[in-house]
Amino acid sequence: MSRRLLIVGLALVFGASYAVAQVGADKRRSGYQDMGDALQKMQDDDTANPGMLFVQLGGQLWSKRAGAAEKSCADCHGAAAASMKGVATRYPAIPQGGDRPVDLEGRINLCRIEHQKAESLPAENRDLLALAVYVAHQSRDLPIAPPYDHRLDAFREEGAAIYRRRQGQLNLSCAICHDDNAGRKLAGVTIPEAHPTGYPIYRLEWQGLGSLKRRLRNCLVGIRAEAWPLDAPEYTALELYLMERAKGLKLETPAVRP
Amino acid sequence: MSNILVNAPKTAKRGEIVEIKALIMHPMETGFRPGPNGRIIPRNIIERFTATWNGAEIFAMDLSPAIAANPFVSFFARANESGAVVLRWTGDEGFAAEHRVDIAVE
Repeated sequence: MSRRLLIVGLALVFGASYAVAQVGADKRRSGYQDMGDALQKMQDDDTANPGMLFVQLGGQLWSKRAGAAEKSCADCHGAAAASMKGVATRYPAIPQGGDRPVDLEGRINLCRIEHQKAESLPAENRDLLALAVYVAHQSRDLPIAPPYDHRLDAFREEGAAIYRRRQGQLNLSCAICHDDNAGRKLAGVTIPEAHPTGYPIYRLEWQGLGSLKRRLRNCLVGIRAEAWPLDAPEYTALELYLMERAKGLKLETPAVRP
Repeated sequence: MSNILVNAPKTAKRGEIVEIKALIMHPMETGFRPGPNGRIIPRNIIERFTATWNGAEIFAMDLSPAIAANPFVSFFARANESGAVVLRWTGDEGFAAEHRVDIAVE
């Protein structure tokens, strides 16, 4: 009798510790968790988060006609709250009929060219960022879920290789800061783990909204490497790898960062 | 057409002190920065922000080039009567924006 109790008891103890280990297994941190109270509150309050101004603008652009086709995004996609929910968690992805991945901004530009018969918007253009942040905002609080598309594997591996490659005059790789030294200080600032959970972000240093591409260019300049041209495939490859690395973390768009 | 976000209570008790928070999209270009061509980018800031409650001014501020882009303003007011709170921003290059919130006082 007591033996059976012991076995049941042991099973309970192991079961419980296994569950605790599972919960504790994911130690990944979003940059949000490393910010101070004031900034976290700023991001959480939809009337204090300046990124929400751009979400509002994106909503206006969503139903505004553009291009020779005189069509708005809403004419094809309807209400974004339903049609765009979860979309940002799956990008970058390979568009139908395409052979290489595009990021969310690239997808919006493809729509402009193919369906709206409008000119594509340049990188970091305010309207393009506003549309991207509006679309990504519809996926807020959803876990990042990269698509199971084997055509992406080669690009993702290239991204992983770039992530580990030393470059620039300082001869640093992304991994040296964001894997090996994440959580430690660089010039008084906590090094984040580089999970792209809230892009496009409102960065106080920029006094505006910016894409992951702009953030990556910042890092490249920081390690005194030559930033790739704005249309280089390296950015998308890196984003693919980073999204895979951040799989399961929740999107926060629009995030506020210092 | 400006992008504005305002956070104010819809209802308040008579005599209660309420907080009104307002955020507006604006570049707040300082007038001190050189552009890509080396020339100074002309100043483009919001110069004045005012708030009125049923027409009576309850808050006003002058803004300077040192204030960040997309300025966020928060202030307090005593709710004496139901009415419209009108927020106005005016600035360089003929910038003018207005936003109205109605607060019911019980």
